Amino acid sequence: MIARGERRRSLDSAPGFRHSAAVTDPSATRPLSFQAMILRLHQYWSERGCVILQPYDMEMGAGTFHPATTLRALGPDTWNAAFVQPCRRPTDGRYGENPNRLQHYYQYQVILKPSPPDLQELYLGSLAAIGVDMGVHDIRFVEDDWESPTLGAWGLGWEVWCDGMEVTQFTYFQQMGGYDMKPVAGELTYGLERLAMYIQDVDNVYDLRFNDAGVSYGDVFLENERQMSAWNFEVANTDALFDAFRKAAAECENSLAAGLPIPAYEQAIKASHTFNLLQARGVISVAERQAYIGRVRDLAKGACGAWMEKNGWAA
Amino acid sequence: MGGVNHMTDFLLELRSEEIPARMQARAREDLARLFAAELARAGLTASETVTYATPRRLALIARGLPEATAAVSEEIKGPRASAPPQALEGFLRKTGLTREQLTERDGVLYAISEKPGRATAEVLAEAVAAVIRGFPWPKSMRWGAESRSTESLRWVRPLHGIIALFGEQVVPVSVAGVESGAATRGHRFHHPGAITIGSAADYVEKLRACHVIVDQDERAALIRERAAALAAEAGLVLVEDEGLVAENAGLTEWPVPLLGRFDPAFLDVPPEVIQLTARVNQKYFVCRDADGRLANAFVCTANIAASDGGAKIVDGNRKVLAARLSDARFFYETDLKVPLEQQAAKLEKIVFHEKLGTVTDKVERVARLARWLVEEGVILSARGEDLASLADMAGRAARLAKADLVTGMVGEFPELQGLMGGYYAAAQGEPAAVAEAVRDHYKPVGQGDDVPTAPVTVAVSLADKLDSITQFFAADLRPSGSKDPFALRRSALGVIALILDNGLRFPLSQVASRDVLDFFADRLKVQQREAGVRHDLIDAVFALGGENDLVRLLARVRALQSFVGTEDGANLLAGYKRAANILKKEGVGDAVPAPLHAPLSYTPEKDEAALIAALDSAEPAAADAVAREDFEGAMAALATLRAPIDAFFDHVTVNDPDPAKRAARLALLARVRAAVHTVADFAKIEG
Repeated sequence: MIARGERRRSLDSAPGFRHSAAVTDPSATRPLSFQAMILRLHQYWSERGCVILQPYDMEMGAGTFHPATTLRALGPDTWNAAFVQPCRRPTDGRYGENPNRLQHYYQYQVILKPSPPDLQELYLGSLAAIGVDMGVHDIRFVEDDWESPTLGAWGLGWEVWCDGMEVTQFTYFQQMGGYDMKPVAGELTYGLERLAMYIQDVDNVYDLRFNDAGVSYGDVFLENERQMSAWNFEVANTDALFDAFRKAAAECENSLAAGLPIPAYEQAIKASHTFNLLQARGVISVAERQAYIGRVRDLAKGACGAWMEKNGWAA
Repeated sequence: MGGVNHMTDFLLELRSEEIPARMQARAREDLARLFAAELARAGLTASETVTYATPRRLALIARGLPEATAAVSEEIKGPRASAPPQALEGFLRKTGLTREQLTERDGVLYAISEKPGRATAEVLAEAVAAVIRGFPWPKSMRWGAESRSTESLRWVRPLHGIIALFGEQVVPVSVAGVESGAATRGHRFHHPGAITIGSAADYVEKLRACHVIVDQDERAALIRERAAALAAEAGLVLVEDEGLVAENAGLTEWPVPLLGRFDPAFLDVPPEVIQLTARVNQKYFVCRDADGRLANAFVCTANIAASDGGAKIVDGNRKVLAARLSDARFFYETDLKVPLEQQAAKLEKIVFHEKLGTVTDKVERVARLARWLVEEGVILSARGEDLASLADMAGRAARLAKADLVTGMVGEFPELQGLMGGYYAAAQGEPAAVAEAVRDHYKPVGQGDDVPTAPVTVAVSLADKLDSITQFFAADLRPSGSKDPFALRRSALGVIALILDNGLRFPLSQVASRDVLDFFADRLKVQQREAGVRHDLIDAVFALGGENDLVRLLARVRALQSFVGTEDGANLLAGYKRAANILKKEGVGDAVPAPLHAPLSYTPEKDEAALIAALDSAEPAAADAVAREDFEGAMAALATLRAPIDAFFDHVTVNDPDPAKRAARLALLARVRAAVHTVADFAKIEG
């Protein structure tokens, strides 16, 4: 992956945790299901003035790629949004055989611009809302600065630990697309499967209760992981992927030339994901890797620059 | 002031969101330094300054400050009294004074202004604002609505509160929308509400009552002692790690060490892997059992006294560690199934550097060089293996040495390179010497690291480093200034350490070009400077050219260093320099004028004849000694020249009107110079 969290592993250690007595669903005296947890987060952030968006309909490596984060983070306008974003990290696929690793999973993304003064308290409130009892669990903010070479972006913040497990990335964006943030946006990225495994006290992601009507996470996604892992690693036509990368790059530039930063940015997302697939197929050498990352960065930065220009925002 | 010398303490607390643990110690130093500098500008000094850091606050207590600063006279230096009028006018404009108000001293004009004393509280208000605005965080950020301007305050993380209390009075400070006051917050979960601090005197204890141990050293001691005690209670010994103690102290305001156990089945994984996973990823201590083996226990440090005694926290941390260890075990077991040769084959696909081919190309070069070093007798067997089998093992080890780079474990933990290869090599039945070489061939990786001594390891380690240096130099990718992206300087120091520690005798010129030799000379100087060896003496020996056997070179340098420290040495150096200066002035180059030993056409003077005789015996003696590598002996032979040279210069005229005499005497001086050069180029020696 070349997305947010380049230095990180996804779901690399997402064990379940014994839930506290407080972790309950009002309708049943048991911990929130996967979907109930999402609904609870939606409700929490909706009540705090966020626009609740639906996932972006493109493949991407992290919620940060969503234009509601990347493009909306730029410029002076107030912007508060929350959404679930499916993330695809082809190299993390394990054919459904690893209890902690997936090539497709969900991030819950909150973006608040300007960053509110009580962002940490708001975040802790959201944990309480989904049933984390801070009287018996150890919540810690551990330094983890974020940088995305492909988005020309960086920020300072933490990974939030719950009993030693990383459950959220908490970042104050400082630059996006090479532009200083004016004002700074705060970004929260929850690892939903990890949080759910923790709340439901489950050791295997596929054992998560997806809903309260007997459907498990495995029922929904296990076969998907098997087939997609095989395709990512073994089947995907690499010539077609190289071609797709070139075409996305060309289309990005075509859109930029026409003064259309949003479609240009979509093509940058497409190029980034195509690159990730090529990585999974093992056909990009170490030497070429940097060149590809540089190409994606140029596309993303070009789109961000055009977006700034279109809105008449000074760098 | 009223003559009462009343001293007051000042408390400053800067409360923010979580400060990275690694930055806290430096931040305390910077806070003390900047604050003292601000006070000094106003003529104030605290009798004592204490600083504290927790994840959420940086604090300072300055004791013994007066209520007001003393009146001071400030002096600004102006132009000389004799300076042109324009200079004077400029100075008057700048100071707003008239010529009559200036004071003249030693021909220079000064503007002297008397400044009355100021209330210390006022000075503190300015000092606090200046310290906050100028704070040198290694990384800082903007935040919130204020950040619509890029000029908004930068802090390590959002700044939320300032306590500034001079005695019991709030010093009013306002920085970037944060107003000073007397209130702070306690522990994030134990005591999230506001606490009012009375003065510096009750700060530490009031916070303690709200579950914040503000003194980092106290937190560190608590972690150190409690972790050791928990291990002892479990019949184990804590593996001490001061880095972890400090890091955990920087992550907690109320540290609570807790001991947990993990599944003993994980102990199949190499202990280094478990320790690294626990330490780097989770910041846990590990423990050993009575026999010194790694135990299935860890100590984590929570930041809360949990209402269930920490049971859930331990259980949660255990699961996180288990997930990490099962990942590690998966990699280990998967790696063990693949022979290292098969892994090594994948190196063909990895580019070492775009100008230098693949890792396989490098491995082949290293294998050849490692074999050569053994076959040439540079590296001798310590255990009586014959050279052929030693060379085979060196080649084999070199071919396997990089194979672990493509294993899952090293992909996950790059810092385990070498170590894992060693485990895998041993597991697939390689000879112990080969497995050891695979494991240790990166060593030494820095000053103070172990220098390998096992012959096969030395061969591979030396070959690997020499290959990197010579290849990058050949591709014109040499270090420059602060840039050394391929760590070639470290590699060169490694080569030097391997050669010197093992007494390896071989001319580096056989494997290195001229510029690589110069690079080694520079590194050697850096390395030897720390051992107290003069760099000019190394230059003096290198300047001879041809000396690229480092062991011999250093023996020469050491003999030279003790020689020039003696009276004979110092005088010989003086005589040499005088001779060399004359020769230089007369344009007699280093090429010895022929015929050196031609019979003289005249009868030499007494001191001239004596110098000739001295040279006749010193030259062969010095040359013989050098050939025997008896450099002290060579120096002793040269020392016999000292008195004759002095006498020659005292009594014989070189620049004789007779051209034959003049030529013969210049030739004699050239002989002196050449004789001295059998040991070193004394012209390079300073002093």
